[in-house]
Amino acid sequence: MQYLLMIYQNEAEYAKIEATPGQTMSPEYQAFTQSIISSGNYKGGDRLQPTTTATTVRVRDGKILTTDGPFAETREQLGGYYLIEAKNLDEAIGIAARIPSARLGSIEVRPIWQYDH
Amino acid sequence: MTPEAIDKVFRNEAGRALATLIRLVGDFDLAEDVLQDAFAAALLKWRGLEAPANPRAWLVNVARNKAIDRIRRNSSFRDKQQEIVHAIERDAASDDTDAPADLDDDMLRLICTCCHPAFAPEVQVALTLRTVCGLTTAEIARAFLATEDAMAQRLVRAKQKIRLAGIPYEVPGREALDERLRGVLTVIYLVFTEGYLATSGPELIRQDFAREAIRLGRLLLALMPEARDIKGLLALMLLHDARRPGRTTASGDIVLLEEQDRSTWNREQIAEGLALVEQALSAKGRPQPYTVQAAIAALHAQAPSYEQTDWRQIAGLYEVLLRIAPSPVIELNHAAAVAMVDGAARALALVDSLAARGGLKQYDLLPAVRADLLRRLDRREEARAAYRMASEATQLAPLKRLYARRLAELDAQA
Repeated sequence: MQYLLMIYQNEAEYAKIEATPGQTMSPEYQAFTQSIISSGNYKGGDRLQPTTTATTVRVRDGKILTTDGPFAETREQLGGYYLIEAKNLDEAIGIAARIPSARLGSIEVRPIWQYDH
Repeated sequence: MTPEAIDKVFRNEAGRALATLIRLVGDFDLAEDVLQDAFAAALLKWRGLEAPANPRAWLVNVARNKAIDRIRRNSSFRDKQQEIVHAIERDAASDDTDAPADLDDDMLRLICTCCHPAFAPEVQVALTLRTVCGLTTAEIARAFLATEDAMAQRLVRAKQKIRLAGIPYEVPGREALDERLRGVLTVIYLVFTEGYLATSGPELIRQDFAREAIRLGRLLLALMPEARDIKGLLALMLLHDARRPGRTTASGDIVLLEEQDRSTWNREQIAEGLALVEQALSAKGRPQPYTVQAAIAALHAQAPSYEQTDWRQIAGLYEVLLRIAPSPVIELNHAAAVAMVDGAARALALVDSLAARGGLKQYDLLPAVRADLLRRLDRREEARAAYRMASEATQLAPLKRLYARRLAELDAQA
């Protein structure tokens, strides 16, 4: 099965951590990504620019409406994702728990919709 | 067989038959549907005849064939139809030995799936009662104070999640097993407490829930005889349940521990519980919360009277619990034990400190314990107010009657 692991964390707090010398999680993220590539679980993944760069788009009565910022204001923001292949939810949860940000924020594990045809 | 005898077989075999069928057909809903078909077939076939030698094997066999029929008929399976049917037949062929160990594994798989941490606790309980214990949706809905429709919805969603989110039908590996087992024990204990002290309604005790929980505990212990936490929990349930005959009058009124007729207690069940507590306590490592609670229940069960109870040791055991599994309810129970050792004034200070920290809001237990302590300290006006508060905080008719009785006693003394 395929799962999307969505990484939610507080952007402001994460920015602070990254600005502190020696605190950045980048090496940890690199090691984690490499490990799920080697194990064959990795299908894709990206880090996102912060929500201050977000634009939300709606179409109403045929007109495009855009608003500045994310769809919803929340304490934790979507900061990145991994698309993985896993045997079942237990394996997916195990992988999600190894994402470095799981210690700071939360990882939402969502199965990918399977079309039968 | 009489319809009652057939019904009894269904009740006893439903969980295990379903557990095996889910593995064989690979789908919760399909397994439930074809098991229902098999029950319907059995009702027709068994009536007036001798029971088959192995009713579960009969049911599983009939249900499996029904599953194959359904898959063949269902066009949405068309592409994979042959493959699925083949897989079911192949598994069936290798399953003919009916080895008890395999069936045990199926049951453990089913329990572990129902108690998967990806479900909210109340969903775990509902799913376990429905699939493992074979209770009807209506029975479960009553316990949760939900409508039957709402409960049916919840169960449908849970089963959908098993399929769509890929919750595995397996017993977790060694490293995850302890954690899962803790979850399973919590579910069993929730079923038991709902049975032991119903949270609302006209009846104080729902015997069927307590019985189901004990049955689950025994089943789990048979499946994992080395797990001492299960022993502790089973002992706790047996010891509490053994006092059930003394806890209510014929008219459904509550009899508090201090007034209970101890000769009504189920001595056989107490003996079984005591043996299990001892095994759980003598196992290596630090005792777990259920085991400590069982040890407290054991002291009560062994005491010749309320006054001749080893309150000092009970207070000490509650202190252990406060360290390993602190909760406001444990604090209250600790205070009640302290009252018997050091007097009501000291206990009241503990209860008031708990209240000041905001513990146990909207709960009748705290004002009830306070009321009892105030009564013993002869502070009648405050006791009266506390009993009134306790009465307002409970939905249970027998508890309301108990508090009313205490109020009347206070008025009579005045």
